[in-house]
Amino acid sequence: MEEIGAGDTKMNSREKILGRIRSQKGRGPLDPHKAAELKAKIEGHKRNIIPKRAQIPAAAQVDLFQQKMEALLATVERVEKASDIPARVQDYLTRQNFAARIKISPSPQLMDLGWETIPTLEVVTGAGAEEDEVGISPAFAGIAETGTLMMASGPETPSTVNFLPENHIAILDVAQMMGSYEEAWDSLRDHIGETGMPRTVNLISGPSRTADIEQRLIMGAHGPKTLHVILVGDGT
Amino acid sequence: MQVTSRNFKENSSKALKDDDLRVALNRVKTGFTTARATAASELPEFEELRNKSRDIKNDVLENLDYYLEYFEEKVLAQGGHVHWCSNATEAKAAILKICRDADAKTVTKGKSMITEEIALNKFLAAEGIEPIETDLGEYIIQLADEPPSHIIGPAVHKTKEQVTELFYEHHQKYGYTERQEDPEKLVGEARAVLRHKYVTADVGITGANFLVAETGSTVIVTNEGNGDLTQSLPKTHIVVASLEKIIPTLEDVSTVMRVLARSATGQEMSVYTTFSTGPKRSADIDGPENFHVVLLDGGRTEMLGTELEELLRCIRCGACMNHCPVYHAVGGHSYGWVYPGPIGAALNPQMVGLEEARHLPNASTFCGRCEEVCPVHIPLPKILRHWREKAFEQQIGPKPERWGIELWGFFAKRPTLYRLVTGIAARVLTKIAGRRGRIKSLPLMGGWTSVRDLPAPQGATFMAQWKKSGRGTQK
Repeated sequence: MEEIGAGDTKMNSREKILGRIRSQKGRGPLDPHKAAELKAKIEGHKRNIIPKRAQIPAAAQVDLFQQKMEALLATVERVEKASDIPARVQDYLTRQNFAARIKISPSPQLMDLGWETIPTLEVVTGAGAEEDEVGISPAFAGIAETGTLMMASGPETPSTVNFLPENHIAILDVAQMMGSYEEAWDSLRDHIGETGMPRTVNLISGPSRTADIEQRLIMGAHGPKTLHVILVGDGT
Repeated sequence: MQVTSRNFKENSSKALKDDDLRVALNRVKTGFTTARATAASELPEFEELRNKSRDIKNDVLENLDYYLEYFEEKVLAQGGHVHWCSNATEAKAAILKICRDADAKTVTKGKSMITEEIALNKFLAAEGIEPIETDLGEYIIQLADEPPSHIIGPAVHKTKEQVTELFYEHHQKYGYTERQEDPEKLVGEARAVLRHKYVTADVGITGANFLVAETGSTVIVTNEGNGDLTQSLPKTHIVVASLEKIIPTLEDVSTVMRVLARSATGQEMSVYTTFSTGPKRSADIDGPENFHVVLLDGGRTEMLGTELEELLRCIRCGACMNHCPVYHAVGGHSYGWVYPGPIGAALNPQMVGLEEARHLPNASTFCGRCEEVCPVHIPLPKILRHWREKAFEQQIGPKPERWGIELWGFFAKRPTLYRLVTGIAARVLTKIAGRRGRIKSLPLMGGWTSVRDLPAPQGATFMAQWKKSGRGTQK
């Protein structure tokens, strides 16, 4: 399988590159002691500097998250319980003048919210598609430090729902609010166990934008033009 | 891209007379620098994070072979492929092979300086594969058939009017027959044109801001979301990255992330930071079926263990050029190769040869702002000085220039003689200048006096005044 590269050349280049690194450093392969030390460091998940602003109580994290997200031109609303979501989404669509059709991630967390209570709303389940005006997906975690969502891909959470629809609504359980990126990584590690990273992890801080024309900020470059975050519950 | 660093002086003269460029560069001068300063001041740990980022990269460079092998193992374990390439030719061959296997007709591309470095677009086009840049800035310069002029704002030199004309010319075939003047409408038009390309492309190529050894992930940082569409919709995702992009752990990435966007655009975090690990899993309903990492050396391993090693810490934020008075004056294209500004002046002599790039290390006043703002503390002025010394040693550059330096060196090593001669020269110049105190032209000084007068020395030399004040004798 691994011969998909340039065959022998590939092996040669690999050995040549590693050889050059070692000869420039005036050594051979790392001695087993040093290698074990580096391995332990990688597997130790030791944190470096965590900004003070991330080390705050849970309720303050939610406030900071909202404040940062809004500064990034996203909108945020809070609901008491998940079953409130369909009605709130309906309101949001009306307010924004969006069509009454949503694409939702094929996740029970979203599918079982009771969308049937809003009969006028067309709910489509699946991956993101070109024609979707609004996509709704569950966030894995929120990171208060910079107002950032962590989205983890999987069979129930295709990452295209986060990008292809014109507008994105992310659902975040407040219990998954973290202070720093590092806390979110640890939470993700607990979640995935030994399987390794999901294919795609998106850290999302606001809706898409560009400043490539005369450094003027224009929203909606290629990703979603708007981002709406619904925070669910009080974290208990 | 074609190297024109040799013509730095001519390129600069042209740039200095370009009024549109003046306006564009003024925006860089004020916009990016103010934003960075604000972002830095709002994070009390910023300096500490810079130091840590430097240390992380130093550790990577010290043990690069170990981290690369660790990274490779993780990529393979997730079902991806790693292609080790010593140079641009090998990298292009590896990419072409993957494209051929995918029967690719069109390739969408996220922003990648490494693909600029290996001139991938031209190569793919010649092989009958259409490359489509999707970052708005890269898309604009692709239409204009120009190289990027800034590493994070490739079209920073373009005016809105120029973009209007480019889109008008190239978008007619998609049914957009009106000239759009409004930037919002221009962005909307590019969005609409590119949207369909993402869905129909056979291969998506992105660069990488980081390669995470711990997880075998590649990371891209964007604001537009183009990279995400590029890498999640086609069947094959190719990541093209140079090997010093390795970062050991997710914790280390988190640290460096905190200085990257703040140093670059002054954002706390770019809108999209995306970690890709292997191809889609068997139960996933989207994502690419094939995942390839093309790892390029491109002369970097030769820099390890030398004075140039510190350049490999660079995280390509662009802060050095955003803060460089020379870049502000001459713009990115004058540098004549992929990397402009101070990092380009320090890197390009290694990448394209000192003979070709010899002007670049001289295009600096050594003001030191680049080093001051570099998130990983690269001593750029020191490295530029290294190249100046190398150029002198290797007798690169015209003879009069070297004679000048030798002559100066002769006097500088003989302080008494130096003081005597400079004292005489100062008096002569004052005499020539007469009562106006300015000199209109002087032999060998044409470079200065053709555009402005040379102010004559006033009074005694510094050393003479120092001595007279008596302070020269104090300890």
